[in-house]
Amino acid sequence: MKLRPSVDVAPGRSPRQAIPFLLPALVVLAALVLYPLVFSLIRSFFDATGDEFVGLRNYVDTFTDPRTLTAFRNNVIWVVVAPAAVTGIGLILAVLTERIRWATAFRLVLFMPMAISLFASGIIFRLVYEETPNQGVVNAVLVGVHDMFSPSSQYPGARPREGYTPTEAGFIADAPARAGDTITLPLVGFSPQDVPAQALPASVPAAGNGEVRGVVWLDVSVGGSAGKVDPIERGLPGIAVEAVRDGQVVARTTTGDDGRFTFPDLASGEVAVRLPSSNFALPFRGLTWLGPSLITPVIISSWIWIMTGFAITFIAAGLSAIPRDALEAARVDGATEWQVFRRVTIPLLSPVLLVVFVTLVINVLKIFELVFVIAPGSVQSEANVLALQMWQVSFGTGGDQGAGSALAVILFLLVAPAMLFNIRRFRRERS
Amino acid sequence: MRKQWIALLALAAAACSGGAAGTSAEDLKGQTVEVVGPWTGDEQKNFEKVLQAFTTKTGAEVKYTPAGDELPTVLQTRISGGTPPNVALIAQPGLVAQFARANALKPVSGEVEKAVTEHNAAVWKQLGSVDGKLYGFTFKTANKSAFWYSEKAFKQVGATPPATWDDLIKTSKAISETGLAAVSVGGADGWTLTDWFENVYLRTAGPDNYDKLAKHEIPWTDPSVRKALEELAKLWGDPTLVDGGALQTEFPKSVINVFGEPATAAMVFEADFVASVITTNTKAKVGQDAKFFPFPSVAGSKDAVVAGGDMAVQFKDDKATTELMKFLASPESGEIWAGLGGFLSPNKDIPESAYPDDVTQDLAKRIVDAGDNVRFDMSDLAPAAFGGTKGAGEWKDLQDFLADPKNVDGIMARLEANAAKAYGK
Repeated sequence: MKLRPSVDVAPGRSPRQAIPFLLPALVVLAALVLYPLVFSLIRSFFDATGDEFVGLRNYVDTFTDPRTLTAFRNNVIWVVVAPAAVTGIGLILAVLTERIRWATAFRLVLFMPMAISLFASGIIFRLVYEETPNQGVVNAVLVGVHDMFSPSSQYPGARPREGYTPTEAGFIADAPARAGDTITLPLVGFSPQDVPAQALPASVPAAGNGEVRGVVWLDVSVGGSAGKVDPIERGLPGIAVEAVRDGQVVARTTTGDDGRFTFPDLASGEVAVRLPSSNFALPFRGLTWLGPSLITPVIISSWIWIMTGFAITFIAAGLSAIPRDALEAARVDGATEWQVFRRVTIPLLSPVLLVVFVTLVINVLKIFELVFVIAPGSVQSEANVLALQMWQVSFGTGGDQGAGSALAVILFLLVAPAMLFNIRRFRRERS
Repeated sequence: MRKQWIALLALAAAACSGGAAGTSAEDLKGQTVEVVGPWTGDEQKNFEKVLQAFTTKTGAEVKYTPAGDELPTVLQTRISGGTPPNVALIAQPGLVAQFARANALKPVSGEVEKAVTEHNAAVWKQLGSVDGKLYGFTFKTANKSAFWYSEKAFKQVGATPPATWDDLIKTSKAISETGLAAVSVGGADGWTLTDWFENVYLRTAGPDNYDKLAKHEIPWTDPSVRKALEELAKLWGDPTLVDGGALQTEFPKSVINVFGEPATAAMVFEADFVASVITTNTKAKVGQDAKFFPFPSVAGSKDAVVAGGDMAVQFKDDKATTELMKFLASPESGEIWAGLGGFLSPNKDIPESAYPDDVTQDLAKRIVDAGDNVRFDMSDLAPAAFGGTKGAGEWKDLQDFLADPKNVDGIMARLEANAAKAYGK
């Protein structure tokens, strides 16, 4: 066959011919990528209305706004902790699952969180970390384990009505007592319905010679008078009472079913009556996961749950591509499994690990939904990240899209090195 | 056959309305009016019944577009695209003013203005006016001055609804003696806290100062702000009175804490819509297990109500649009929705009996009775950067105050700094 002169001898090398073919793609790219990019850049030099050129003021504002600085700090925490954790866990799980029989099924399960939208995952974790133990599963487990070892007190939250000072050891009487005294000790802050069934109506004991006697009762009733034992008010059984002299506990007793207690033989001299705090310790309620101090670790943990499947899939693919004979050779030479893993598997896997790591870094810098959903409004500024800050500034707060664009540009500049690194890497691999 | 029926119905409706408006049935036949509003779900269905009544009355078709929380964005986009709806219902007075100044809105007709003046307290007309012209009126309102309490918890200490702030504190202390927290505060949502502050401030500082602070004519470091915060701290500052974990509690949860099982608190403060949260989320019956009392008087203040609401405005001034605005301003339209429930109106000519139950009647009556002592939710009047942003501005500052009610000075300084920034723009 004879070549026609109008056709290039070396097809694909002529720009004249390439351009018409590339044009549609270029137009689409320009409209969807280049134009918004350039427009954002220009927009970031204008004020909120978009009419007035303000130079670099948006950038200056951004870097002096304490909220952006918190967002920066959080982004740094994310980048340092999250991708490394996911890559590490992914590597361990990929290696461990490699040799088990149902490896694919196992990996499929681990990959499933990836199939859920980030928004939905956020809502799941919002509930998981809920503070009330009967809603948040993490606190439910914590409380269950805690109560197994140290059961909660009998009268959580109860307190003497007045005349007692709360200290670390318990409520200590302001007025001293001596032998022959009768002490009335009204407690409040506890529901009458929760008083143990064996409790009997309270009454003030008669003074006893050489003894300190008293009654502890729940001073809560409709129409009852404060500080007085009313007929329907019941004594509180099982409350520990201590007599303290010069900081030393000299006697200890427990109230009976009618709430009465007696210190039989206290030598002469004054004592102070104390109700140890163990009577009233509030039940352990778990941790405030969604509070300002733990919120970022909590969100990172949910991201790890989601992304681990991604890391496993990539690393497992890399693992299966490692030449078996290299591993076998090492084993034949007497290397332990740990040495094989450390000296052979990891070096051979390192290109894959790096790609996974860098991809995760890019992903982490853009994190938005999880923070938006999981952090309650009251701690959103503590959990803030750059992408969320960008959205809030642009659309949430009366819409300053100039400042928002500045943040977008900054975010882009932060992501760009990681992107470039990945692109270079791919190109080198191809060549 | 069917057509005849409709004509007959329309005739009957026209006969009932007495033809006072001068519009007889079928006058506007063939014309279409578009309404954009925030209501979805059940509220949408109820509003569409109101619009249906208009169609029956005049023959004009009405198309309702629900925009939900994104209403400002939807309207802004449609205005810049040159296709605004005929009528919109807007919850943010600031946005109404913005649209009016941009000449996107049309002032209401003389007849509508007359109806608004006749049926509402003067304060509502003022709210709908921008630069001396009336642009809209509040069609649906929310009474944000209600304390909802659990009858069971009150019975346990023999308490009655407190009338003054000091009584409230006293009742709260009595309740806390039974081991229950007095109030549950939905502090994870900043807007509940701004409503708390606004109610106390309206009472301690008076309506005039309230208006000034809303416009930032007096600073947040003003002594009147300190007074209100200190009153709030009497309640918020006592850990036995406020239910634990308030800053992680969202608004619906704060209601469930009071009326769900097991209850952890006795009272929750918020608007009339608490009733619907109770009905959908708990077994408590509104009116029996769950009752409300108006926000108590602080230091001898008069009845006052903090209200929210959706304002009807028009973007066009053709005949059908004007007729619809007239219809919405009349008691007739409000009565229809009132009967369906979940609706309050500032319109004083809607008879009390139009509302379906005692609780709603009482809530509506208090708004009408407060007359010119009604004030619109201050945070909704403020720039969104200050009064309406999660984790920023007033929301965040009041959350910090709830966390540390002793720090009055620090909070005032922060509020002022944030307000200055937001109002300055």
